[in-house]
Amino acid sequence: MKISREDVLRVAELAHLELAPAEVATYREQLDSILTYVAKLEELDVSKVEPMAQVLFRAENDAHPELREDTPRPCAIADAVLSGAPDAAKPFFRVPKVLDR
Amino acid sequence: MSAPSTWTIAGVRQALRTKKISARELTQDFYARIEHRNPELNAYLALSPERAYAQADRVDAAVGRGEALSALSGVPVGIKDVISTRGTRTTCGSRILENYTPAYDATAVERLEGAGAVILGKTNCDEFAMGSSNENSAYGAVRNPVALDRVPGGSSGGSAAAVAAGLAVAALGTDTGGSVRQPGACCGIPALMPTYGRVSRYGLIAFASSLDRIGSFSTTAADSAAVLAVIAGHDPNDSTSAPVPVPGYAADLEKPVRGLRIGVPEEYFGPGIDPEVRAKVEAGITLLEKLGCQRIPLQMPHTDFAIATYYIVATAEASSNLARFDGVRYGLRVHGATLGEMYRKTRQQGFGAEVKRRIMLGTYVLSAGYYDAYYLRAQKVRTLIARDFADAFQKVDAIITPTAPTPAFKLGEKTSDPLQMYLADIFTVTGSLAGIPGISVPCGKTASGLPIGLQIFGPHFSEGCVMQLAHAFEKAGGFSI
Repeated sequence: MKISREDVLRVAELAHLELAPAEVATYREQLDSILTYVAKLEELDVSKVEPMAQVLFRAENDAHPELREDTPRPCAIADAVLSGAPDAAKPFFRVPKVLDR
Repeated sequence: MSAPSTWTIAGVRQALRTKKISARELTQDFYARIEHRNPELNAYLALSPERAYAQADRVDAAVGRGEALSALSGVPVGIKDVISTRGTRTTCGSRILENYTPAYDATAVERLEGAGAVILGKTNCDEFAMGSSNENSAYGAVRNPVALDRVPGGSSGGSAAAVAAGLAVAALGTDTGGSVRQPGACCGIPALMPTYGRVSRYGLIAFASSLDRIGSFSTTAADSAAVLAVIAGHDPNDSTSAPVPVPGYAADLEKPVRGLRIGVPEEYFGPGIDPEVRAKVEAGITLLEKLGCQRIPLQMPHTDFAIATYYIVATAEASSNLARFDGVRYGLRVHGATLGEMYRKTRQQGFGAEVKRRIMLGTYVLSAGYYDAYYLRAQKVRTLIARDFADAFQKVDAIITPTAPTPAFKLGEKTSDPLQMYLADIFTVTGSLAGIPGISVPCGKTASGLPIGLQIFGPHFSEGCVMQLAHAFEKAGGFSI
């Protein structure tokens, strides 16, 4: 298998997912099948190929999107944003205690 | 009055202009249809009648004052639930956003409404647009209105089903690997994915940012053009939206297709394609030849690597984009003693199986020691796939392929094997990776009555030519070939 039980647990930890024991086995099997499939990319010689870092089309006149001016604008949305939060204490989002002292 | 079963945008405008119906009556009519059909189809997740009727009344007032109609005045539309709508719940088909109501509209929604469209509500989809059958929605599968035991395709299955069933005149969907085109094919309606950057993604809740595009469903190619003309164009709120002028698509539709060179890549007609799909798409190509198009055989050697490339690039981007759902700022929060425990419990309970699978895969391919072998290699193969298209468009004006290898499959048929489900996108992901536009148009049905889709790809920003071919194909009877 391309992926071990420890890999699955490590990835879950990195992704902040808590997996039930049965899920660990299922995901291991499914991820292994997908990783085995995608290994077909190894058939290609890509040593002289640049990665496609940008999708954006650039016309010959170089009509790329310009970055807009960094001009301050009023942004009075704090109330609307906080009203959607699960636990807000305006103007903050409240979370479980992070520091212990 | 009794309304025709299938409205077009031109039909709505004509009926409003001649006062055969008011926008309010039309809206009522569509809500009545939804009430009647939606319990069976599950195409809509939320309705926004207050907003819809307020807009309909504005349209009626303008008609009353004798003002000229806007491009989409009174046209009832559905919006896929991954696209933000101010004041209307937007769940992305996920439990993690079950109670999330955006504070703003996506640019595409704002533009539709600005052009007079009436937003009926939000349509069902695979969770965070991850799926090819709509079975990954936390709010239940959507049924295909053409065959109720079949999937409508995905991920924009609700939008496709709504338009196909006459529960909206047009709908917005999103296409990351085929999520507009494949459900369009499954439900038998035109479905357009514009060029990357053609339509602003502002307010689209991100799955894979280098692939995500907003597209549309409609019942005619002319309606695809009418919707795109409204939603296309640069938006300062999306740094990847292209400052490329938007042509008058409607005028281009009637241009003759005689002399256009259509490429037919052999890799899209190999083993694995359903024989009925192959036969109908071949017949569709023959019809285009009869209209004067020149058929040119093509080879696109990297086609077979597209699914593998896509599922690395898309999941990598998804793992990063979906990190924001942690129970802090919006949506579900599950209590934990520590911050980390809160994150983990929230994400464990809030995300469904496919979303977790893709986050895990994406995290894995980006993790230390694997990045070069998977992600970097996939980004290089993506260059090769884009180059296949660039080379082809030196020789042809458009490329014709099947949209999907099979017609709509049965509900539950592929849910146990994620890889089999991924292969439903084998002919659509190529164009997604290359950033080019594509449309799926109906191309007849199987003997058992299931719709088949023909896909037309064009070079970047060639939507006008792609829709021109789609329109000519429709007028020549291609939709029911």
